Amino acid sequence: MSLDDFRQDTRKWLATHCPESMRTAIPEGELVWGASHVEFVNDDQKAWFNAMRDKGWFCPDWPTEYGGGGLDPAQQKVLEQELKAINARPPQINLGIWMLGPVLLEYGTEAQKQRFLPPMARGEVRWCQGFSEPNAGSDLASIRTFAEDKGDHYEINGSKIWTSYGDKSDMMYGVFRTDKQVKHAGISLFVLDMKSPGITVRPIDLIAGKSAFCEVFFDKVKVPKDNLIGAVNQGWELAKKLLQHERISMSKFGEFTLPNHFSLLPAIREYMATRKANLDASLPQQAFAAMMDEHAFNLTAQRMKDEMIAKQSNPGLMSIMKLVHTEQEKHKFELLLDLLGYQALGQSGAPFSEPQLALTKGWLTSFTTTIAGGSSEIQLNLIAKRVLQLPDAKSGG
Amino acid sequence: MLVLLEDEKMLADSASELLSSVSPVSQQRALRDESNELGFYPEVWQQFVEMGWTAIPFAEELGGLAFSYKGLTAVFEQVGRHLTASPLLSSIALCGSAIECCASAEQQNAWLPELIAGEQRYAFGFDEQMFHDIDHMAITAEVTSDTVVLNGQKTMVMDGVGADAYLILVKQKDGFDLYRVPSDAFGLSCARVNMIDSRNYANVTLQHVTLPIAAKLNETTLSQETIQAVLDVGRVCLAAELLGISEQLFATTVDYLKTRVQFDVPIGSFQALQHRAAWLFTELELSRSCVLNAAISLDEFKAGHISAHKLSREVSLALYKVSTMTDKVTTQAIQLHGGIGVTDELDLGLFLKRARMAQCQLGDRDFHQLRYARTIIK
Ligand SMILES: Cc1cc2nc3c(=O)[nH]c(=O)nc-3n(C[C@H](O)[C@H](O)[C@H](O)COP(=O)(O)OP(=O)(O)OC[C@H]3O[C@@H](n4cnc5c(N)ncnc54)[C@H](O)[C@@H]3O)c2cc1C
Repeated sequence: MSLDDFRQDTRKWLATHCPESMRTAIPEGELVWGASHVEFVNDDQKAWFNAMRDKGWFCPDWPTEYGGGGLDPAQQKVLEQELKAINARPPQINLGIWMLGPVLLEYGTEAQKQRFLPPMARGEVRWCQGFSEPNAGSDLASIRTFAEDKGDHYEINGSKIWTSYGDKSDMMYGVFRTDKQVKHAGISLFVLDMKSPGITVRPIDLIAGKSAFCEVFFDKVKVPKDNLIGAVNQGWELAKKLLQHERISMSKFGEFTLPNHFSLLPAIREYMATRKANLDASLPQQAFAAMMDEHAFNLTAQRMKDEMIAKQSNPGLMSIMKLVHTEQEKHKFELLLDLLGYQALGQSGAPFSEPQLALTKGWLTSFTTTIAGGSSEIQLNLIAKRVLQLPDAKSGG
Repeated sequence: MLVLLEDEKMLADSASELLSSVSPVSQQRALRDESNELGFYPEVWQQFVEMGWTAIPFAEELGGLAFSYKGLTAVFEQVGRHLTASPLLSSIALCGSAIECCASAEQQNAWLPELIAGEQRYAFGFDEQMFHDIDHMAITAEVTSDTVVLNGQKTMVMDGVGADAYLILVKQKDGFDLYRVPSDAFGLSCARVNMIDSRNYANVTLQHVTLPIAAKLNETTLSQETIQAVLDVGRVCLAAELLGISEQLFATTVDYLKTRVQFDVPIGSFQALQHRAAWLFTELELSRSCVLNAAISLDEFKAGHISAHKLSREVSLALYKVSTMTDKVTTQAIQLHGGIGVTDELDLGLFLKRARMAQCQLGDRDFHQLRYARTIIK
C-alpha cells in the first residue's frame, strides 16, 4: 500500500472510530491506564480503547505476531500525524509498552516475548518501574535490593521507593543486585508479579498530599528464573536503554498532561489592582522577568525543533531543557504565591475556588520536578561534562 | 526558522574569517592605548564596505543587497566576538534605517547610496540625558516656511566625532521630527566624550543652527512607534553584539577552567565551578534563541507581517535576556580567572567595558523589562 493510501485509510478509520469526545485535551482525571482491570469513566473512552487495541495501535510499530500494528516507521509517523491532526487523546497510558516493550523486543527470549508482549499490546497489564531505592537515588547503580540465585528461582529481599502506581500495578520491571562485589556490573533486570507473596506496597504521602508514589518492600519474594531479562549482570546496560525510552515517552506524555498551566499575567493584574501597585513595583517586576524567562524558554524549545528540521541539531540544547523548564516552573509558583497572598494558601473549602486550590497543590508538587528524573544538580553535572567537557571531579556522578 | 539559513551562515562564517584577520582584539587595545579620536580604523571600515555588510538590509535600487536583518545580526555577533570597532551600528543600522524608514524617496536616493558606499558617514543624535530616553527632550526646532532653526544638545552620539552629517531627533507635542544636519553647519559643535570602551562618542551642540526646510526627513510627524522601530534595528544589532561578546568570554573561561591547575587538579573539576559554567551555558543558549527571534521579527516587521507592538516586545525580550546574561558572563569570566582576571594584560577587561556600554546604549535591562511589560499590560 502506498503511503498516501495508508494516510487516506487511516483518516477514514479514525473518522469512524475516534469518538468526538476523545478529540479534546485530556483532563488529568480522565487518563486511561491499561491494566488487568481498566476503569473507564464513559463509553466513548471504552470504545476508543477497544478500537485502537483491536487495530494493534497501542504499539503500532511492533510486529503483528506480538500484537503490534506492524507499521513501518513512515506509516507510524503518518498515524501520529493523523492522530495529532484530530487532537485525539491517547487511548491509554502504559509504561510497559513505552519502556519495557522496546527492551523486551531487543533483548527478550522468544518465550519471554510470547509471554509478555501480546497482553501488553492489548493493554491488559499495568506495569510499574522499580528502580530507585532509599539509598540509591541520583546514584542509581548503588542499589542494594538483592536477587539471590536459589538454584531454581531467585529470592528478592530489600525495598524500592518512588515506584509510581506500585499499588495499582499488575507487574513490575526493575533492577536488582545480583553481584555484591561490583557496582554497575552486578545489576540485573527482572520482571515480577506484584501479587507475589512477600511484596508489600505502601503509598507515600507527599507535602502536596496523597500521591501515586509508593514504597515497595520485598521479603523473601520468589521470582522464576525465566523472569530475568537479558543476561545476568547485564541490567545496567538495559536500564540505560529503558531510561532513554522513558525520556522519549515522557516528552510525548508531557504534551497531553500539562493542562494545569498556571499563568502569571492574571495574578500580576490582580496584584496591581488590589494593591494599587505600578508596573515597576518590585513584585510585578520580578514576575515580568519570570514571564520573559518563560518566553525565552519557549523560543528555545521552538529553536530546538527548527534545528532538528534544518538538520543542525545541537545536543547541548537538548541537555538544558529539563533543567530550565523545571527550575522556571518552580520559580513561577513561588511568584504566584507572592502575588496572590492567602488566596494561594488554602487547604480546602470556601472561600477557595478549585483553580486556587489547584494552584496551591501545583506549587507543592513543583518541588518534585527538580528532584525526580535527574535532579537539577545532576543535569548541571551532565552539561558540565558532556557539553562543556570539563574534567571529571574526583568523585560523584 | 530559529536557525541561520545556508546563506546567512555563509555570511557569518565570512565575517568571522575576515574579522579574525583584519580586526583581532589587539586592535581594540591599540585604539585605546593611542587614545584614537575616531575610535575605529577607517581601513577596517573600508573592509566592511567592500564585504557588502553596509548594504545588507537596503533595497537594491538604492545600492543595497535586500538581504535579511537576520544576516546583519549574524555579522554583529561576529563583531562582538572580535570586539571590532566600526560605525556599522551608528551609520548603517541606525541612520540607514532611519533614512529608509522616514525620508522621502528623493532624499533616500540622494543619501543612502553614499552611506552604503562608505563615502559618507552619519551619526544619530537622539538622547539628551545620561541614560537612554527619547521621551524627554529639550531640543527645539523653529520652523518657518523655508527654514528651520535648531537649538539644543545631543549627548552620547555614537561615532559623532568626524561624522559627515547628523540625524537629529526632535520631540514634538504629538510625535517626532528628524533633521539631517551637515557637520559643517554653522552653530554646530561636536566634543568627544571619553567612555570606558574607548569608542567614539560625542556631545553635539546646536546653537541657532539654521537649515533649509529640506533638511527635514519626514513630511508628516513621526509616531513613537515609527521611531522606536528604527531604534529597534539598532537594539537587535546591539543584542547580537552582546551575544558575541558573551560567547567569546565564555569560551575563554571554559578553556581556562580546563587548563588552570590548583590543588593538583584542573580547576574545572571543581563542581562549584562546573555548575556555574553550566548555568552560564544555559543562559547563553536561552539568549541566543531570543536574539535570533528578534532578528527575524525585524524582517517580519519590514515585510508587514507583524505589528510594531509585537516587534517591540520581541526586541525588548532579546535585550533584556542578553543583557542579564552578559552581566553574569562578564562577572564570572573575571572571577573564574582569579587574579589574572583583573589585570589589563588579559582581554577580559576590554570585553567587559565594551559590554557595559552596549548594555546602556539603547536601553538598559530595566528599560527593556518595563517596555516588555507595557506590551502585555495596557
Ligand atoms: C515525585 C517523585 C517521583 C519519582 N518517580 C520515580 C519513578 O517513577 N521511578 C524511580 O525509579 N524513581 C523515581 N523517583 C526517584 C528519583 O529518581 C530520585 O528521587 C532522584 O534520582 C534523586 O534521588 P534521591 O531522592 O535519593 O536524592 P539524592 O540522590 O540523595 O540527592 C540529594 C541531593 O543531593 C544532590 N546530589 C546527588 N548527587 C549529586 C552529585 N553527584 N552532584 C551534585 N549534587 C548531587 C541532589 O541533586 C539532591 O539535591 C521519583 C522521585 C520523586 C520525588
